[in-house]
Amino acid sequence: MANLKEYRDRIVSVKSTRKITAAMKMVAASKLKKAQEQAEQSQPYATSMAEMMGRVASNIDVGPGSSPLLVGTGKSDVTLFIVVTADRGLCGGFNSNLARRAKLEAQTLERDGKEFKFLCVGRKGYEALKRDYEGHIIKSFTGIGGKNRIAFSEADEIAQFILEQFEAGEFDVCKLVYNDFKSILTQTPVEQQLIPFKAPESEEANDNDSEEQEEKAALFYDFEPDEQEILGQLLPKNLGVQIFRALLDSAAGEQAARMTAMDNATRNAGDMINNLTLQYNRARQAAITTELIEIISGAEAV
Amino acid sequence: MTEAQTFDFELVSPEEKLISEPASMIVIPGEEGDFGVLPNHSALVSSIRPGVIEIFANDNDEEPRRIFVSGGFADVSETNCTILAEEAINVKDLSKGDLEQTIRNLTEDIGMAEGDADKTRIEQKLALTKSKLEAVTGQIAL
Repeated sequence: MANLKEYRDRIVSVKSTRKITAAMKMVAASKLKKAQEQAEQSQPYATSMAEMMGRVASNIDVGPGSSPLLVGTGKSDVTLFIVVTADRGLCGGFNSNLARRAKLEAQTLERDGKEFKFLCVGRKGYEALKRDYEGHIIKSFTGIGGKNRIAFSEADEIAQFILEQFEAGEFDVCKLVYNDFKSILTQTPVEQQLIPFKAPESEEANDNDSEEQEEKAALFYDFEPDEQEILGQLLPKNLGVQIFRALLDSAAGEQAARMTAMDNATRNAGDMINNLTLQYNRARQAAITTELIEIISGAEAV
Repeated sequence: MTEAQTFDFELVSPEEKLISEPASMIVIPGEEGDFGVLPNHSALVSSIRPGVIEIFANDNDEEPRRIFVSGGFADVSETNCTILAEEAINVKDLSKGDLEQTIRNLTEDIGMAEGDADKTRIEQKLALTKSKLEAVTGQIAL
């Protein structure tokens, strides 16, 4: 009965796969909780920073003398994409969707005859982009966050590197491509322009908030030192904050995507086991029936 | 003053909100000199140099909480004072001996630094550690 044994072996192997995916789902769920908490905790700083930027920016005349981080270099020949992905796979389309988005952006620029560069954060994005655009990758950061929390210093390190490159005139526009954590079920690849600085069109700024903000902005503010200098200090800091936020969002999204993917895998494994068990039972019954027929026809022949 | 007035004080680091409580006076080491914030302070945005923030919980508070920040920004309005700092440590948690040791180590490192970028980074660290030490010894002198 080689056939029956085959079925049994397959059932055993699918069952152990199901155990693994179920365990991975649990692990991802607990990591997701931590990542979400961290993202929440970092919210006040980002909000205050954005408010402050708004205040300073509304009190300043943007002119040619302003920081190039705000007004740009006057060109848009070279674009640097910061591609934030995860270090690990097995999380559904999380990494591949983002890599596809980054490639799409790059192709658009290529068609327009513009140059582009990549800075990869996370091993998976690097691997995906390396195939087609190895020469365009200027640097790759991996192992962000390690096993535990993502430290702000890690985001700051990336920001410092970008600033150095910008000052050296290596690129004109800098865009961040990452997975936005919309909910546990959906993470969508988004891009956000970092240099020159553009206030993100926040969805949270509903009517009440914007009125409030207008009121606040209408207040007369003193600046110490003067506006230009404060803005000059705020802009590089803000770069780090934006990257930090993207890293946190991406980390939470990664775990959520993995959780969903592993949940699906566990369910599929369950279906597969049911199917295989059915087939196994059928094969077993068929074998019994054949045996019975053999015995009966043998008895009749006597 | 008929009643004790307070305002909302917040100290925020990129990773989390560290302090959020009412205070009657805050002394902030501003980029262009220390300044005190009382309730109904005029709106102000200032950058902060590395130094100690003193938090007076009420008017009779004789022992303010002293917190070292490695620089950042202060956003002051009539009813609020928010400080954004990358690094904030309670002065009580800093040890003089450790800091002096760090300074010695960093001074040695500067001699061995390879390249200008490396040297600048160590010098920055050294300056930061020195201001931490000032924060500690300043407290002892009090």
